[in-house]
Amino acid sequence: MGMTLYEKIYQQHKVATMNDSTDLLYIDFHFIHEVTSPQAFAGLKQAGRDVRNPVATLATMDHNISTQNRRIDGAGDVSRQQLTALKQHCDEFRIPLLDITHRDQGIVHVIGPEQGITQPGMTIVCGDSHTSTHGAFGALAFGIGTSEVEHVLATQTLPQQRAKSMKVQVDGQLPAGVTAKDVILAVIGKVGTAGGSGYVVEYCGEAIESMDMEERMTICNMTIEMGAKAGLIAPDEVTFSYLEGRPRAPSAQQWHRAKARWKTLKSDADATFDKTVVLDAGSIRPQITWGTSPEQVMALTDRVPDPTQFDTSDLQRSVADALHYMGLTPGSALQDYPVDVVFIGSCTNSRLVDLRQAAAVVKGGRVAPHVRALVVPGSAQVKREAEAEGLADIFKAAGFEWREPGCSMCLAMNDDIVPAGKRCVSTSNRNFEGRQGRMARTHLASPAVAVSAAIHGYLSSTPLVSGEGLI
Amino acid sequence: MSNYFHQGAACPLAVDNVDTDQIIPKQFLTGVSREGFGEALFYDWRYREDGTKNPDFVLNKPQFNEASVLVAGHNFGCGSSREHAPWALAQFGFKVIVASSFADIFYRNCINNKLLPARVTANALESIQQSISDSADSQQARQISVDLKNQELILANGEVFSFELAFSDREQLLNDNDFIGMAEQYADAIDRYEDSRANDAPWFMPQSFAV
Ligand code: SF4
Repeated sequence: MGMTLYEKIYQQHKVATMNDSTDLLYIDFHFIHEVTSPQAFAGLKQAGRDVRNPVATLATMDHNISTQNRRIDGAGDVSRQQLTALKQHCDEFRIPLLDITHRDQGIVHVIGPEQGITQPGMTIVCGDSHTSTHGAFGALAFGIGTSEVEHVLATQTLPQQRAKSMKVQVDGQLPAGVTAKDVILAVIGKVGTAGGSGYVVEYCGEAIESMDMEERMTICNMTIEMGAKAGLIAPDEVTFSYLEGRPRAPSAQQWHRAKARWKTLKSDADATFDKTVVLDAGSIRPQITWGTSPEQVMALTDRVPDPTQFDTSDLQRSVADALHYMGLTPGSALQDYPVDVVFIGSCTNSRLVDLRQAAAVVKGGRVAPHVRALVVPGSAQVKREAEAEGLADIFKAAGFEWREPGCSMCLAMNDDIVPAGKRCVSTSNRNFEGRQGRMARTHLASPAVAVSAAIHGYLSSTPLVSGEGLI
Repeated sequence: MSNYFHQGAACPLAVDNVDTDQIIPKQFLTGVSREGFGEALFYDWRYREDGTKNPDFVLNKPQFNEASVLVAGHNFGCGSSREHAPWALAQFGFKVIVASSFADIFYRNCINNKLLPARVTANALESIQQSISDSADSQQARQISVDLKNQELILANGEVFSFELAFSDREQLLNDNDFIGMAEQYADAIDRYEDSRANDAPWFMPQSFAV
């Protein structure tokens, strides 16, 4: 019987069988950051263990840093302590670190691909749930807890139990103005936030194949939002040409061998999936979340749902709670709600392609006077490129704040916080209660929708969305 | 010593999709140690804006003070991978979380912290919720015993519900194994794997990296 891409990568990394349900898998690469690593290093020291392969590890500073300046104490003393601890641990254990002033620093899931570290067929982990991003290259990449971070540092392996496989197929072509973010939000709306639990998801179909790498990363990034362990897209020419020439991609001597191997990384025609979900790309419209879970999503032109439309009393209660938290009236149109904050950034949508899509919607408009809008590039490299292309000037001229790279308002661990009761359109990945600040109201959407909300000052504005998508 | 992995009073939290940002909000992730998270558990629900306790939240009700079994909903622990979530639950005093499903990373983090994520069917969860809310005032009547060997939850009224757990996870909870030490026993196999990888797919094996 044929194998899925997931099964192939799993099989190729099996070091040993530990018992009936568990295998020891080799981990090719490990990303770390300041928030989930300190206790892992403390554990190593306590047990007198060393890091097995420091150069298979890369550290960056992203979650906790200021995006107003490049100072280690820019976001306060508490974050400075955590950042300093990361630096000390990296020095002590010889782990390469892209610190806050480094020219390649950025959000952990942006810099891995950018440097060519993320390659097809690898196993990649990080103490961060959005590690699924790297699956866009056909790498098995997943988030882990701090105990597991310690385990990987010490052994370069992890005990694993085999996950089930799900295929998500997006057929046909996307309408104009509909982006990767809209596709993944629509998928999550269909599968649900727990629908992917226990699965590794492989995305395929014409709409996925015609995406560039940055869009594919947006798709895989939010796979965790349906509870799945990882997302995968089989590598193809788009993947290979993205990688070629990047600093840490295979050298010229190894390139052909690597590429020949990568070409074998796809699910066999007769592989079986435990679950298959099919979407028609042509019917996807720009999406926006209305609730406090990423599955609570709808087309921008739809009306806010009414709790009574839902089947069970549990669902009715959770929808009513979400609408109450979000300050939305059942049955209302979104265009009636003013927006206070707009955030363009995060490992979901902070790459050059996202910023290009966002800038294209600005079209000489200005951020509405009552809106505060931020653009936070995903890495120092994205920032430089966006400046060189003139995108930064477009944003600044329109009244957006143009920031230094970092996680910023995605999780609001630094001083980029949405105030209580304020409404934010955000290109990030989580609209949980309190995620962007206590009592903050988050609507997840694409960069294009976020820019239009910033300029119109309302959640959605009719002139923006026509039958053909965003205009 | 009883045959039970744990016996203790249950506390209901019948909310679905409780995410790790709710279990422990990000402002408490700035520490560098594993301690001190219990006070911040469910912070935004447990405390009001002014920092005083919200008397309506279940964990703040005096009868649930001693609870050590949290009976939750569906998809508990979704979202961020922060291990601070099971640390906070354990440091508050929970030993067992009962739910009809758990998010994968959270589940793994629980096992690695000897916190039992007991997965029961949706029907069983409803019955357990019902029985503990019927006996809300009696600590005794809300006792749940956990038989890890037979994978059963035994309620004070005698009802028994089985829960799912992988064999290796049960072993990890029953025995005080050193999680990393177990993998270190395969050191030779890891060496061999790396050697063959270096020949077979050298581009996978970073040799050095100047930053
Ligand atoms: S941008 Fe947000 S989701 Fe991505 S790594 Fe940073 S905090 Fe996590």
